[in-house]
Amino acid sequence: MDSALIPEGVERCSLKRFTLGLVIPAALVIWGLYAAYLCWFKGLNQTNMNDSYGFALWIWADLAVIAVGGGAFFTGFLRYVVGKDELKNIINFAVIVGFCCYCSAMLILAIDIGQPLRGWFIFWHANVHSMLTEVAFCLSLYLSVLAIEYLPLLLENRKIDQNPFWHNMGHRMHEIMAVFAATGAFLSCFHQGSLGGVTGVLYGRPFGLREGIFIWPWTFFLYTWSAAACGPCFTMFCCKITEKLTGKRLVKDNVYDLLAKISGWMLGTYIVAKIADTLWWAVVTVPKTGFSFMQFYNNSNNYHGLWILILELVVCGIVPAAILLKKEWRQNSRLFMVAVTLAVFGVCLNRWVMVMQPMAMPVMTFDQWVLYFPSWQEWATTILPVAGGILVIALSYRYLPVFPQERELNPVEKS
Amino acid sequence: MFPFIWEWVWDAGHYIFFGGMWYVLIILTVGLNWCIYKALKDTKEGKGSGQGHH
Repeated sequence: MDSALIPEGVERCSLKRFTLGLVIPAALVIWGLYAAYLCWFKGLNQTNMNDSYGFALWIWADLAVIAVGGGAFFTGFLRYVVGKDELKNIINFAVIVGFCCYCSAMLILAIDIGQPLRGWFIFWHANVHSMLTEVAFCLSLYLSVLAIEYLPLLLENRKIDQNPFWHNMGHRMHEIMAVFAATGAFLSCFHQGSLGGVTGVLYGRPFGLREGIFIWPWTFFLYTWSAAACGPCFTMFCCKITEKLTGKRLVKDNVYDLLAKISGWMLGTYIVAKIADTLWWAVVTVPKTGFSFMQFYNNSNNYHGLWILILELVVCGIVPAAILLKKEWRQNSRLFMVAVTLAVFGVCLNRWVMVMQPMAMPVMTFDQWVLYFPSWQEWATTILPVAGGILVIALSYRYLPVFPQERELNPVEKS
Repeated sequence: MFPFIWEWVWDAGHYIFFGGMWYVLIILTVGLNWCIYKALKDTKEGKGSGQGHH
């Protein structure tokens, strides 16, 4: 029925099977929209946020999707600015994943601000002393850049491409894509960094506080670095899942190998810097604030114990970096999947630790550890963009030539 | 966002934040408009009747 819209030379499942596959994500989207409506209509009393968790599930999800969405800016930077030509075979997919991630971030923020009708105040009446203002500017502008990068792919749809104007438009956009990609890399570096900077400058919250250079705490650089390391891992993770679901090879091994090797170097150097940062914080920064290192890890009934630090730095840092750096290991498909999964989990865990815990960590003698469990409205609105992202990726894969190597890797026999 | 908004101050913070924002907006707007102009010109010249030459 929709065969006229499907790219030439590739096979897709029947429309009925495709539609059936989208029932669950579509249902989750509807559930999430209902929860979002409740949050907007009734207010933030629909959440379980409290004084200790003003930065709650939404802000963690926001930072996590921005970190894993970093695959778009870093792959774009490698492809268009550095000139790694092999990455042209995965860049479309990286852009789609990044676009979904940044749409998710904006949607979550729109719910979190409680008064979305006043969302434009952050531009109109900007507080130019706030790192979050920089984040808002860069995030919105980078989403525009991703939309611009996604547009030529949309224009390559078989039907749209038949229109000469749209065909020429797509062609011309490809010509200057390096300008947009460089702009995107510039924006992304700054907002990833500023998100890290937010906790690093909280001198009243010694768990997150970091020293740094000029106005930037070390977390500023570590956030950008980790996003550049783990973002491409998320792109490859999603790509492998797409291959599994479609039962096809979509990208050649040499492309995965190149991106995995670069990610391995980024992750390896990042984890060295992160360990050095943690040591300096534990030995120099924390004592200056009147605390001891172990105070942050032994008064929460193991909810926030040393295990979380070991999990983040060793299991989700050193292990995936080692796998991705060693050629024989990263070329083993199982170890490769373990590495990219751990890297993605690790960066999400880092955002959890650095965003949720600094606010919740008791700093006064009368403070207690407060626990927080998100309400169903918070879960639903956090799952909403994930389900929405699945819909966008599924529709893009079906109707757009996302993977340039698909035809070559999966030749269709003409009947 | 604009100098005519009451709390605007001509200081470093405003120069950096809004200088950066307007700089990026100008790049994106000029880039997109260049593409539209060139695509219109190409279409008038009869280019782009085939598919998939990217």
